[in-house]
Amino acid sequence: MPPRTDTAAMDTQPACDGAFELAATLTASEQDVSRMMQICNACRYCEGFCAVFPAMTRRLEFDKADVHYLANLCHNCGACLHACQYAPPHEFAVNVPQAMAKVRVQTYQDYAWPRAMGRLYRRAGLSVVLVLAGGLSLFLMLAVAMSGRLIHAPLAGNFYAIFPHNFLAVVFSIVFLFAILALGVGVTRFWREVSPAREVEIEDQPAIAAARLPATAEAVSDVATLRYLGGGHGEGCNEEDDRFTLLRRRFHQFTLYGFLLCFAATSVATLYHYLFRWEAPYPWLSLPVILGSLGGVGLLFGPAGLLWLNVRRDPQHGDRGQHGMDRGFIALLFLISATGFALLVLRDTQFMALWLAIHLGTVMALFLTMPYGKFAHGVFRSAALLKYTIEKRLPNRLASRGE
Amino acid sequence: MKFYFPQAIKNMSSKTWRCCAGNGRGWMASSGEPDVLVIGGGNAALCAALMAREAGASVLMLESAPRAWRGGNSMHVRNLRCMHDEPQDVLVEAYPEQEFWQDLLKVTGGLTSESLARLVIRHSSRCRPWMRRHGVHFQPPLSGALHVARTNAFFMGGGKALVNAYYRSAQNLGVQVRYETPVRSLEIVDGRFGAAITETGERITAKSCVLACGGFESNLGWQREAWGQNERGEWPAENFLIRGTRYNQGVLLRFMIDAGADTIGDPTQAHCVAIDARAPLYDGGICTRIDCVSLGVVVNRDGQRFYDEGEDFWPKRYAIWGRLVAQQPGQTAWSIIDRKAVGRFMPPVFEGTRADTLEDLAQKIGLDPAPFMDTMHAYNAACRGGTFDHTTLDDCRTDGLSPAKTHWALPINAPPFYAYPLRPGITFTYLGMRTDHTAAVHFGGAPSANLFAAGEMMAGNVLGKGYTAGVGMSIGTAFGRIAGVNAAQSAGFTHPEFKEEFAYAAAH
Repeated sequence: MPPRTDTAAMDTQPACDGAFELAATLTASEQDVSRMMQICNACRYCEGFCAVFPAMTRRLEFDKADVHYLANLCHNCGACLHACQYAPPHEFAVNVPQAMAKVRVQTYQDYAWPRAMGRLYRRAGLSVVLVLAGGLSLFLMLAVAMSGRLIHAPLAGNFYAIFPHNFLAVVFSIVFLFAILALGVGVTRFWREVSPAREVEIEDQPAIAAARLPATAEAVSDVATLRYLGGGHGEGCNEEDDRFTLLRRRFHQFTLYGFLLCFAATSVATLYHYLFRWEAPYPWLSLPVILGSLGGVGLLFGPAGLLWLNVRRDPQHGDRGQHGMDRGFIALLFLISATGFALLVLRDTQFMALWLAIHLGTVMALFLTMPYGKFAHGVFRSAALLKYTIEKRLPNRLASRGE
Repeated sequence: MKFYFPQAIKNMSSKTWRCCAGNGRGWMASSGEPDVLVIGGGNAALCAALMAREAGASVLMLESAPRAWRGGNSMHVRNLRCMHDEPQDVLVEAYPEQEFWQDLLKVTGGLTSESLARLVIRHSSRCRPWMRRHGVHFQPPLSGALHVARTNAFFMGGGKALVNAYYRSAQNLGVQVRYETPVRSLEIVDGRFGAAITETGERITAKSCVLACGGFESNLGWQREAWGQNERGEWPAENFLIRGTRYNQGVLLRFMIDAGADTIGDPTQAHCVAIDARAPLYDGGICTRIDCVSLGVVVNRDGQRFYDEGEDFWPKRYAIWGRLVAQQPGQTAWSIIDRKAVGRFMPPVFEGTRADTLEDLAQKIGLDPAPFMDTMHAYNAACRGGTFDHTTLDDCRTDGLSPAKTHWALPINAPPFYAYPLRPGITFTYLGMRTDHTAAVHFGGAPSANLFAAGEMMAGNVLGKGYTAGVGMSIGTAFGRIAGVNAAQSAGFTHPEFKEEFAYAAAH
């Protein structure tokens, strides 16, 4: 049978020496992906499901960079597992979604910036994010209570009577910008390391230049439509069995667009504040409240649905070790929306300060865990998809040699 | 596309049919005798079960394998060979009936029934909408398989995805499925099916029965007996690998032969491919194929070449190499290539043995270097040059060499060199039950009124020997559907719409 070297001993990270460099040897999880890809490349039945397999066929060997690239292309839809003639109990024990998931979380750690923070990925579980959100909320509540305003006379939704606007803006900007920076550095490292960029041949340069625009458009569309949660035939991905369903794609779209709408609401409010000097609270029918409410609805339905699916999913899909990270992130998004709505409803009452503290604590928890939690999947997967849409427009060096 | 439910199914109480889903024990007590019993769990069995159910019959399927291994060899298939007169969704250009027939005639060397073959061929041109209705997805050919873009429609995700789709559809329609239920024997009186007796001794009666439980390829003892002992005193079949399921033990095939059913085919004829010798004994499937034969040379244990590696395009030749290797001493051989071939063939699942000189390579694979080097020198010297083109029957051939290599003959001189060990890999056997266009099992030339056969159990009627990609599925789908319709008919149920499709298929 294909090589299944016992490498449990190699599954340890090398000490960080400051400069960014991936270990040359494959970890056990990476070897597993490499081994499976060699089997898949000799079979190719799953080529129609997603981008992973067409990308695979352009390679004959799977080194670390290839494995990282393919792992992040994988959407864990499960189609290739249920269709696999080599899946357990077959002795080849091919389970691509699970092997990819194990490597994927490892790539987030490997490419994390600062590197030492990568280990937080292993901690970003459900309880940690809940404790973090709760702790931050409690801290804010206490801060408010210390100055005697936690339960107060109604303030007509004037948040800044509780927390000065500039205080909020500075604190959240710092945390948010750090998250952007950390993820940006991480994904740049990923982009540079992952083939084919590493080994671009001179003659490919014009092709890459020509591919850039259409490739970007396609990658944006793939992300926007969550194309690869469609199963290749558009009937969706697998959940608890070999049946296809579009539920995950739909719930994920609720979540994605909910998040983007909430982000847009915040951005519009920031513009209002600084550009037009219109200060919160904004009326119910103002743009920030409408965007935020629509987004909030998405962030209630989407994460609730995703969590429901996550719990019911066939345990063979994905990596059980990551349930904490997945569910923690899902729960935070849900809580942000729930506390946001509570704040909207209660902003004219004496409980505004209390709910403001809870909501801000939850949002802060999301921002703090963003660069080292499940949020990273969107960034790394988008990069992998762009890599793929560029790569597929380049001549296939294998095919051009006469296949 | 709208899924249709024949009226008979709509009228049936769903309670009767759902009460014992997944629980075979409850079957007899709660539902009584099924109209149609289908023995087997692969493509042909599923096609039969779905058609019989669509006709309104109650259907019980008995699959010998556990659920994880259900589907027999169908979980390893990847496409369906289809006749078409013009481009059809995933199929380009045209593949007319006559061309399909000529291809089949060529590979079987005439060991086929023209009437049944044409029935299969014409059926293949119209069956895919039905397959789609039951959840099968088609896709354009896989990379590395573009040569069959015209002739073969690929299943998205391969055969296991198809099998899963059919099982889902069967479950939705109320077909009862029992896994891990191998059948030991049948009760047949005057050519009429009465009951099936399972391994555990349970007696299951039905109004009619479809046998679709495969050849005997997984039964190593039977293979050994069939192939016998050769002039070297070897039992060749001892060195065979089975590419598919371990569950095709041929129990009912043997039973039917002993019960006097008319048979067809030679027990040593099979879909037999040269595969990597390191493949597992069972279920190695597609990925153990070695596709570099036509790019290099193949030598046996004595270091000798034994056949023209470049006779024709590999997809047209891979199915003869299993037998060729089976005839070599030790039933083994090695495919030898050099650097020039790397990347030009489907990547093999196992790494080749690699060496920087041919002498080293011979030593590493355990061959006597002297005769091996003689063979290689003679071959290299005989390559007369030309313009290499693996996509055409090019002019690179050997001169004055026996056996010749008639295409793609380039000297093997660019290190590193690679060797892949070969063994015969049996996909499925062709010995089966003789039948006609009704799929009925025959006894002494007379058709049974209520016992039918489909799939590998009767593929030998069409395939006496040889193979062409995807035709096993064409046969299994055609006769599976026909068997299902006729089994339902003999139980008193008429399929609402197959008549016209069958009339077209049979009109030749």
